[in-house]
Amino acid sequence: MWKFLLPFAAFVALAVLFAFGLNPKRDIHALPSPLIGKAAPSFSLTDVMDPNRAVSNAAFKGQVYIVNVWGTWCEACRQEHEALLGIARQQVVPIIGLVYMDQRDNAKEWLEQLGNPYTAVAFDTDGRTAIDWGVYGAPETFLVDGQGRVIYKFISPMTPEVWQREFLPRIAAARRAGA
Amino acid sequence: MNSKLPLLAVVLAVCLSAGVPARALDANGQLEDPVLQARYERITKDLRCLVCQNESIADSNVELASDLRRQVREMLSAGKSDDAIFDFMTDRYGEFVRFNPPLEPKTLLIWGAPFLVLVLGVVIIFRIVRRRSRMPLDDESAPGPL
Repeated sequence: MWKFLLPFAAFVALAVLFAFGLNPKRDIHALPSPLIGKAAPSFSLTDVMDPNRAVSNAAFKGQVYIVNVWGTWCEACRQEHEALLGIARQQVVPIIGLVYMDQRDNAKEWLEQLGNPYTAVAFDTDGRTAIDWGVYGAPETFLVDGQGRVIYKFISPMTPEVWQREFLPRIAAARRAGA
Repeated sequence: MNSKLPLLAVVLAVCLSAGVPARALDANGQLEDPVLQARYERITKDLRCLVCQNESIADSNVELASDLRRQVREMLSAGKSDDAIFDFMTDRYGEFVRFNPPLEPKTLLIWGAPFLVLVLGVVIIFRIVRRRSRMPLDDESAPGPL
């Protein structure tokens, strides 16, 4: 009995492990954020378009908003830009941009050329805000609820499908919970 | 003369260079206090660079690693404890940022697995040995059950 059961059990265990571990849809570089459910780290930086204007996420308190981390060096950010422009046109939530590891002029030029989907674009001069948010690449997109808590983090280029599937339902739920 | 000599030279070069730590990454120079510098080196070796996930921030030359090294350096200079620095990092990047996760209930399996496998191996060997010791000793004429 054991002679048959044991190898069979081992096979099943391995199959389950591989099904999870080798799943091609699973992005092994996407790490769960410990920020989920916690208060969004506050930042006060200057605006990419105007160094004299401050951008702070405190100004969006009480609203559901998203924070999109990007840089002109990031090819995947160019990929998702069209999707962000589309999302901005829907005017569902304010989109705060966070420019990461970049030059102000490059970022400015990018927005002037490709269009600006952001309600405000903060310029992270020395990467400290990115560290506070646990950013380790770009693009990364955070969703913050009306209580100022991070409720979701998406690591990869944004697409209309991801927006439909992952963001809109969470935004609706956050609004229901906040109302 | 000897065809193995070049090979030997390569092997030696590889082995010897493995012992030399590359410290060229730190553009900021050493911390003034050697005790702090030692802590700095230990801490940055235990923190994972999340961009190139198998390198520590001490070994990685990507910008995130250098930002994180700066953070460690500043916190050390500000008199923060090692635990405070590790907490700062795990609060932001999760337990994954540590190469050496602390022993706690949820990491029990990671730390316990080697011992578990060891015990399992001992049990299996014990059973095999016991079964074989019960077999008849003479077997030149009659092959055993195996």
